[in-house]
Amino acid sequence: MPEFLLLALAAGLGVALVSGPLGCFAVWRRMAYFGDTMAHSALLGVTLGLLLDININLAVAMGCLLIALLLVALQRGRQLATDTLLGILSHSTLALGLVAISVISPGRINLMGYLFGDILATTTVDVITIWAVGILVLIALAYLWRPLLSITVHEDLAHVEGVQVTAVRTALMLLMALVIAIAMKVVGVLLITALLIIPAATARRLARTPEQMALFASGIGALAVVGGLTASFYWDWPAGPAIVLGTTGVFVLSLLKKQTQ
Amino acid sequence: MSEPTTLLQAKQLSVIRGNRTLVDRADLTVHAGEIVTLIGPNGAGKTTLVRALLGLMSFNSGELVQQPGLRIGYMPQKLHIDPSLPLTVKRFLALGGSKLSAITDALSRTGAHHLLEQHLQALSGGETQRVLLARALLRNPQLLVLDEPVQGVDVAGQAALYTLINELRHELGCGVLLISHDLHLVMANTDTVVCLNGHVCCQGHPSQVTVDPAYLELFGHRAEAHIALYTHHHDHAHDECGELHHDHKDHPPHA
Repeated sequence: MPEFLLLALAAGLGVALVSGPLGCFAVWRRMAYFGDTMAHSALLGVTLGLLLDININLAVAMGCLLIALLLVALQRGRQLATDTLLGILSHSTLALGLVAISVISPGRINLMGYLFGDILATTTVDVITIWAVGILVLIALAYLWRPLLSITVHEDLAHVEGVQVTAVRTALMLLMALVIAIAMKVVGVLLITALLIIPAATARRLARTPEQMALFASGIGALAVVGGLTASFYWDWPAGPAIVLGTTGVFVLSLLKKQTQ
Repeated sequence: MSEPTTLLQAKQLSVIRGNRTLVDRADLTVHAGEIVTLIGPNGAGKTTLVRALLGLMSFNSGELVQQPGLRIGYMPQKLHIDPSLPLTVKRFLALGGSKLSAITDALSRTGAHHLLEQHLQALSGGETQRVLLARALLRNPQLLVLDEPVQGVDVAGQAALYTLINELRHELGCGVLLISHDLHLVMANTDTVVCLNGHVCCQGHPSQVTVDPAYLELFGHRAEAHIALYTHHHDHAHDECGELHHDHKDHPPHA
């Protein structure tokens, strides 16, 4: 197997592994559109990183987190529904990112790579970053698992029982920002949410506990990465979209199975 | 109940959001071993007041005193769990941090032990309430806060649930703060009724409150209907406060 494919596989599997459990929370908490908004703001983070000459991954994670906090602040206004606010933020930040990138460094940047992923150009450093961040996020998720489930089930109840609801919720946003930053390389900002949502939704049909669902989601994501890269290698499909189609394929197959409780 | 411990006391508590006063200078006290029922029409601020008491939302003025280290068991009004989350009753109860033996005990106490392996989304209204009550019990509470605990439960089930709550407060010696919009089944075991309509209209023993003009203005017609319904359980006549007289043999005040 050529080296670039090995690196791509390592990167893709790392992202799939961590987006499984995180994607479950996105599904359980109905955060699909929220994830989309954070992902769309990633381009702004890229611009920021280039302007300030700091690590792009870090800049993207910071950008996503900033948008998430901005959203939380706007929600307090309560005049506009959350999905309206998300729609405004999501597309404004995407448009702003596109404009900013073309203004600050026209031609220097592979815009398509950011939008749809650039997994076949993965470097060793990318792989190390993805696995380091991925493992960090998984450890944090394991540590916060019960409080996270608790606030997902009922925030008020969790609060009365002593869970620091705001802190846990903010931590979830931070973890999501980190995963978006590393997943950008694999599927690009426009398709990141798919990698979070589709494997988790597929896993729901097979799982009987939250933990099972998280595990299955990681497995399904990994399967899709292998499938997507294979299709990309043999049929010259764009790798990021091929991976997303891989998750879609497994989802469609899962519909054949009878629903368990 | 001589010298009962004060668990929770709100003094002149106001909650203002935007330019609307949701709760206006409310006074409310819950002692150990006492059932306090908060009643009022929809939009009267019952849930708002309780959320403020629980620290779930901030209040704008007034004072809130809690016994230090007070353990509260809270039973929320509703449980919305996304169908995408596969969660059994056992896992749901374990989220509070309890051991399996404690979980089965609490479920048995609320008469729902057979639901242990059921998925939450498959429960009926009454079953859900019993599971939620078990979760509150797992806190080993000194104060039980129950937000419309009989919602979605049929009439027979409501009576059973209220009987259970009354038994529990004697067993645990805990105080109970109950939100309700219907009175007839609650009243018999309630020690203090607080009637809320933004502000506290009146409060006191049920027998005082039901003859209070402020209460009658809010609940006049409905109260009559409730009395009619309540007489159905008994075979003797009584006056308009009849439901509050605890002297009949077939209905001991504190079972």
